[in-house]
Amino acid sequence: MHVLDLDYMLGLLPILLGYLPLTLEMAGAGMLAALVLACLLAVVRVQRTPGLNALAMLFISFFRGTPLLVQLFLFYYGLPQILTFLVAINGITATILGLTLHFSAYMAESIRAAIVGVDRSQTEAALSIGMTQGQLMRRIVLPQATRVATPTLMNYFIDMIKATSLAFTLGVTELMGATQKEAASSFLYFEAFLLAAIIYWVVVEILSWLQRRLEKRLNRAYQR
Amino acid sequence: MIALNGITKRFGAHTVFENIDLTLEQGEIIVVIGPSGTGKSTLLRCINYLETPDAGRLTVGNLSLDVAHASRRDILALRRRTAFVFQNYALFANKTALDNICEGMIVVDGLSKAEAHARGREILERIGLTDKANAYPASLSGGQQQRVGIGRAMAAKADVILFDEPTSALDPEWVDEVLALMKHLAQERQTMIVVSHEMQFAREVADRVVFMDEGRIIEQGPPDELFTNPQDERTQRFLRKVLANNPIV
Repeated sequence: MHVLDLDYMLGLLPILLGYLPLTLEMAGAGMLAALVLACLLAVVRVQRTPGLNALAMLFISFFRGTPLLVQLFLFYYGLPQILTFLVAINGITATILGLTLHFSAYMAESIRAAIVGVDRSQTEAALSIGMTQGQLMRRIVLPQATRVATPTLMNYFIDMIKATSLAFTLGVTELMGATQKEAASSFLYFEAFLLAAIIYWVVVEILSWLQRRLEKRLNRAYQR
Repeated sequence: MIALNGITKRFGAHTVFENIDLTLEQGEIIVVIGPSGTGKSTLLRCINYLETPDAGRLTVGNLSLDVAHASRRDILALRRRTAFVFQNYALFANKTALDNICEGMIVVDGLSKAEAHARGREILERIGLTDKANAYPASLSGGQQQRVGIGRAMAAKADVILFDEPTSALDPEWVDEVLALMKHLAQERQTMIVVSHEMQFAREVADRVVFMDEGRIIEQGPPDELFTNPQDERTQRFLRKVLANNPIV
């Protein structure tokens, strides 16, 4: 019977942790870009901007309707054949691009719902004192929508961290890719992938803890 | 001077009111009464462009505009000269009492934060909520929230404050403190149009009471005349019904 090789796992830990920054960087960059894009999409959807609204709906429909892995392959292997200037795109950039587009589609819908959920009478109150639409959005609606959307957005961020593991299929040596290589040379697949799973798990748990603290902070204004 | 000339509002094929004329002098207090669903609130909301009127002319101070051809800039200018107090308070849930009052001064009037806060604290004192400056709306009683709502309107330094049934959503125990504040404003000759079912308040505070029914101004006059000697049969019927339940003392 195979006994868990703890010494091997302990030795592997620092090696794998060395790849964690790349994983977090891809997720962090993807999250920031996705947030910006999602906010734009959400505002277009809420205000039903003519023309743009239809485009936003098409965008959201496509990126929610197709698997992330298919999108990544499409960007990395497919698109450069048509748009030749993309030949130089590297796996990391393609991953960040894919994560951004994919997750912004989901995030746009939860931001939109949060915006629509802000009490309509507050909108009227802001307009009644002479605020412009932009001021109303920035000062009244978005701060409240942020509070509502934060838990879901954090969940998407957690999802995104785990989804960076797909970058390995584009030839990027990140946490997952490194694990695969190490396991292939030691043949200790169980130990290697168990360790990778634990690393992802711990990162996600830390984030969940941060999420709870953040939510507490955001809810301060609403306590009776 | 505030003047409404030929103000008309339709929702689709339904005409809420047509050709409404109403004029107020600076410092005048008008209370609009009448059965529910006769367009009183809609009329008030038209003055602030929360509803878009379909035809007519609105004049507030030296700003006069044809409502059918109002630009976005006209509407903003109009809103800066009028302030609104909502039935359900409509306070900004993400802002403290002080910040609710200061928001317009900072964002719309461009005051510095320090100036706005100084004025905001004066207003808090006038509405009797100095100790609630840093309280969020969710922690305030209905009466306190509505006083902040009135404070927010006071901060706008508007030519006229429009009150849309300001006590209708309140528990009875909070009605008096809100009416007392409104009386106080009336004594300072703050121009106001109040849509209300508070007949006692109308009687005591209004310079003029306007009776509306089915989208029309049926009758208007000083409260003493309108309440004791209404001319139109519809006014008589309405007052009989309302005053039988809540006699004016």
